[in-house]
Amino acid sequence: MAIVAQSSKVSRYGRPVLAWGVGLLFFFPIFWMVLTSFKTDADAVKPEHLIFFTPTLENYLNMTENYDYWRFARNSVITAVSATIFTLFVSIPAAYAMAFNPSRHTKDVLMWMLSTKMLPAAAVLYPMIFLAKGIGLYDTHILVITVLSLINLPIAVWMLFTYFKEIPKDIIEAGKMDGVNTWGEIKEILIPLAWGGIASTALLVFIFCWNEAYWTVRLTTIDAATLSKLIEGNRAPEGLFFGRLSAVSTAAVGPIVVLGWFCQKQLVQGLTFGAVK
Amino acid sequence: MNFLQNTALGLTLGMAASSFALADDHAKELTIAIVNNGHMINMQKVAEAYTAETGVALNWVSLEEGVLREQVTSDTATGGGQYDIINIGMQEAPIWGAAGWVEPLKFGADYDVEDILPAMREGLSHEGTLYAAPFYGESSMVMYRKDLTDAAGVTIADNDSWDNVKAAAAAMHDPDNGVYGACLRGKPGWGDNMAFITTVVNSFGGAWFDKDMKPALDSAEWKAAINFYVDLLGNYGPPGSEGNSFNEILALYNEGKCGLWIDATIAASFLEVDGVAYAQSPNAGNPVGANWLWAWAMAIPAGSPNAQEASKFIEWATSKDYVQAVGNHPDFGWGSVPTGQRASTYAIPEFKAAAAFADAEMAAINSAAPGATDLKPYVGVQFAAIPEFPEVGSAVAQEMAAALSGAKSVDDALAAAQEAALSIMTEAGYYE
Repeated sequence: MAIVAQSSKVSRYGRPVLAWGVGLLFFFPIFWMVLTSFKTDADAVKPEHLIFFTPTLENYLNMTENYDYWRFARNSVITAVSATIFTLFVSIPAAYAMAFNPSRHTKDVLMWMLSTKMLPAAAVLYPMIFLAKGIGLYDTHILVITVLSLINLPIAVWMLFTYFKEIPKDIIEAGKMDGVNTWGEIKEILIPLAWGGIASTALLVFIFCWNEAYWTVRLTTIDAATLSKLIEGNRAPEGLFFGRLSAVSTAAVGPIVVLGWFCQKQLVQGLTFGAVK
Repeated sequence: MNFLQNTALGLTLGMAASSFALADDHAKELTIAIVNNGHMINMQKVAEAYTAETGVALNWVSLEEGVLREQVTSDTATGGGQYDIINIGMQEAPIWGAAGWVEPLKFGADYDVEDILPAMREGLSHEGTLYAAPFYGESSMVMYRKDLTDAAGVTIADNDSWDNVKAAAAAMHDPDNGVYGACLRGKPGWGDNMAFITTVVNSFGGAWFDKDMKPALDSAEWKAAINFYVDLLGNYGPPGSEGNSFNEILALYNEGKCGLWIDATIAASFLEVDGVAYAQSPNAGNPVGANWLWAWAMAIPAGSPNAQEASKFIEWATSKDYVQAVGNHPDFGWGSVPTGQRASTYAIPEFKAAAAFADAEMAAINSAAPGATDLKPYVGVQFAAIPEFPEVGSAVAQEMAAALSGAKSVDDALAAAQEAALSIMTEAGYYE
């Protein structure tokens, strides 16, 4: 009896402590980045100013005055929102077709789509650059939106396919019996039923698009450069500009952290869907 | 759903329109790709006066060194025209000049090209033609804690012997109190550990390639130099040195954890500990000292539609007037002027008063010899100005880091490095 009581005490207090410990561990780098962003570059590397220092907004002012933060932020919003919409526009019908009208090749197609994620991005970097320049789309929003959409399509199709598979086929069949066409089935039946799953997918795709750095850094110069490029440009091989870099990083990840905070329920649902059945 | 459809269509058309509108001809506008460092960041502010005077708007694209090389190389090689002015280093300038990827630079008499330090001029030229104008330059030197050497009763002289440098490091080494005798680069990379290691090898009489351009990493000079490097840094360096490059060591030095540091002269302007003294790099008894030569320079990609405007800007940004503009700027001052490019800078009293390292830096730059010699058949001090060098240097760098960490013996690491270098050079068609 005593053992049972002890074990329940451990699980009552131990789990929350462990959860808080893990949570704080993951949160610490973000906390440190935000803290450093309010230090001068000199204070950021001085051990005596690790915790106690005179906070300054100098780095944030420098970022907006000298680096045109708002141009990069605007480009991030335009490309991430557009790429998310475009990804859903293609992936919803694709996942619908595979979930409700599967053929004997459906599984292979799904595996093939996933396998495209295994190709190292560096392998196609130069062909992509040549192609983009050849057709005059280098450093344009259209190019970035297209690339972001294409690299996120496999994940979106897989996630939506998993959600759609949970919807009873009979409901779709009933729609057919009532004379609804394919587009009507998607619009009137599928989307309202799978709205939660679609929202989770959209949220994840948006986060991936916002954080993408490899392509957005290399396929842009000025006009379509996103916040990833702003961060990349603040890395210095000679000189410790950690205050400056932290301010830029904080301002770049801030919007996505806030979005993630408000949508954590949908995010967890999206990430764990199908994990426990 | 109509809303979704309309939004997607609207956004796509909107993006298309804005992209094409922004892509039109930028008259009186220059796009400049720069490496992110203190001098370049300052230039963006100082250049506001240039825009005010000329009406030329300047778009700055600041990039990390590796990404800058990648972008600028692909853009220049494909004639992409994304940039009007590019930052290139001493490794690229002669190669790109020879390949016709960058425009030759010709400035007016007022520019005083003879004032550019001869080593810099030589390193940025191909067959006597200047292809990139130095914005700032650097060599390497010894930066040591005079308080620690005094306390230990040792001295470090200009061009001292390596044995004496090692003895000084040993005397200052006090890990129990958090002080390590020597902090040196160990992080793998052709511009990281290999920059320093190459200068050690040079000073031991070695070179990357022999007269037939065959890798010489299996030579006795390389073996002696690497054994010395591993011994010095392994015994008297901070733990985990195989992960340290410029920034990591700068942080350690400013925390008071390094007795001596041999690295880029620009480091001197970032040091915040008291009692720093400078000495010219050591050597091992032959004419070539262990000091390197590097410059971040400005060049114009071949075929740039704004070449004339770009040339005017480079002429201003690398002129004597620019140095004065930084020195007299209310936000910067004489301690922030770009150095290592012009002899006249070192004659400015205000600069000499603000930069204690000025004389040591100029002496280091002047003694660096980038030209090809009997000892080395290629241009470059801590690198070889051939297109294959980044690949060769990166492969060898990994092996040297393995030797430093103890994962491989020095002999094994050098044998593997020689094999990798030979394979890359053979594949590049240097020999049958």
